[in-house]
Amino acid sequence: MADSTAPYRVKGDTGEWEVVVGLEVHAQITASKAKMFSGAATAFGAEPNTQVSLVDAAMPGMLPVPNQECIRQAVRTGMALDAVINRWSRFDRKNYFYADLPQGYQISQLYHPLVGPGEVEILLDDKDENSVKQIGIERIHVEQDAGKLMHDQHPTKSYVDLNRCGVALMEIVSRPDMRSPAEAGAYLRKLRAILRYVGSCDGNMEEGSMRADVNVSVRKPGGEFGTRTETKNVNSVRFVMAVIEHEAKRQVELIEEGGEVAQETRLYDPDKNVTRSLRSKEDAHDYRYFPDPDLLPLELDEAFLEECRSSLPELPDAKRKRYEGLGITPYNAGVLTAEVETARWFDALLDAGAEPRQGANWVVAELFGALNRRNETLATTGISPVEAAELLKLVADGTISGTLAKQVFEIMLETGDAPSRIVEERGLKQTSDTGAIDAEIDKILAANADKVAEYKGGKPQLFGFFVGQTMKAMQGKANPQVVNERLRAKLD
Amino acid sequence: MSVSPEQVRHIAKLARIAMSNAELERLVPELNNILGWVEQLAEVDTGGVEPLTAVIDQKLRLRADAITDGDCREAILANAPDAEHGFFAVPKVIE
Repeated sequence: MADSTAPYRVKGDTGEWEVVVGLEVHAQITASKAKMFSGAATAFGAEPNTQVSLVDAAMPGMLPVPNQECIRQAVRTGMALDAVINRWSRFDRKNYFYADLPQGYQISQLYHPLVGPGEVEILLDDKDENSVKQIGIERIHVEQDAGKLMHDQHPTKSYVDLNRCGVALMEIVSRPDMRSPAEAGAYLRKLRAILRYVGSCDGNMEEGSMRADVNVSVRKPGGEFGTRTETKNVNSVRFVMAVIEHEAKRQVELIEEGGEVAQETRLYDPDKNVTRSLRSKEDAHDYRYFPDPDLLPLELDEAFLEECRSSLPELPDAKRKRYEGLGITPYNAGVLTAEVETARWFDALLDAGAEPRQGANWVVAELFGALNRRNETLATTGISPVEAAELLKLVADGTISGTLAKQVFEIMLETGDAPSRIVEERGLKQTSDTGAIDAEIDKILAANADKVAEYKGGKPQLFGFFVGQTMKAMQGKANPQVVNERLRAKLD
Repeated sequence: MSVSPEQVRHIAKLARIAMSNAELERLVPELNNILGWVEQLAEVDTGGVEPLTAVIDQKLRLRADAITDGDCREAILANAPDAEHGFFAVPKVIE
């Protein structure tokens, strides 16, 4: 296996190059029912323009009033990223004209963002808990989303749906601390996990509730920063990694051919796996920011901040450490805490009395295996943590063997019945009844006299065959340890 | 501080305001007058004075998270020059 902690380098004609990556993640605050500055709904997938208020449509005379829940969620997110919360922040107007933005400006926060510097801890190697790296967060500001344009519905017209217009976004700006596509991928996955634990954003990249602008530059290892390009609106972890890989190569080739990287905005084409320049007019970035005169500065008091702090759940890193403290392997702890649904399910399993190590092994190997096979998720499966704990308990106290447990689990998946009921009704209890086991063994040895002779003549590997035959005759219900003991007694 | 005719033309373009040369000639000195006037204010010593963000001493009011608005597509689209299938329809805009 390649050493995933070795520095990522792009090989050029003039030697090796280092890639420098910063990400601006736009995360929709999906926790709020209403928009950032209006009382219109935010639900995904509504009929076009049905979730638009006169404020969102920028009718003259309308005034924005901030949604407290959006502010609260952005503050909680900042706290989860160990960031400075600015008790005084302000909204600015970012001015530009586009068909998806009826106001002619986006309300954002340039000069005084709500959240200041923080950090996200990533693992460079999933299996090595010491391979940590801190990725700096520069700031988080809250802003409005724009509407949606559809260009393919009519030969000469674009259709505009303003449902998304005014929905609250958090823009989470990282420092240029990442040095490879893998680091950027790990950062995005970790950030997404934290947002989902906090509950501020559902992290659903397909529905566009999380998307990233990818800033990439290259330099000779340890040298001065190069000129960066910004690839906009990349909507999956895989694509972000592909953009970095592609863009770093393109820049190295360009520089080595004697060219210069232009500081520009680019677009990613996933079908061709290339980025291309978005040739906009040179003054497209002249946003003429100024403080929004419709909104007073946002001031937060201690009681508000305290509520934000005390309502935070246990976060992935803390949970992982707690699981490891319970004797769970670092790998399993990582898997169990990566998604908030898994972690909640596993916590419920522990609450139901499951032994942590055994429970973790079972969830990661058996449960996830079954879910994958059946194309199900924890949300869709009928298996509850309480029933799973019951199954694990039946194994732990010797009522059923590990082999039988697999069988019971399959029946649970099919029927949704409780494990104790399955064991009871189908008579699957493990037996240590030596009389019954001996009787079966005697029959098998008699029926396979040739194999017994071979075994005794020096073929010890045949022992497994006798165990298998006995277990089969006992329909898997015999205690394997007793079967082994009895066979040894009779054969050796 | 003053602005040149080129700067005024640029700002007008960014704001999508069409401007004739005659208007430009009239506006440049007008804007420079205003700028000079504001500049005079900079002569006041404001050391130790907190920045004034609003003339009335008020706090920003926050709204509870409740759906109280929207679901008024007819009204939203009523003034649009063109609308189809519940969408605003605009001349094709694609880069």
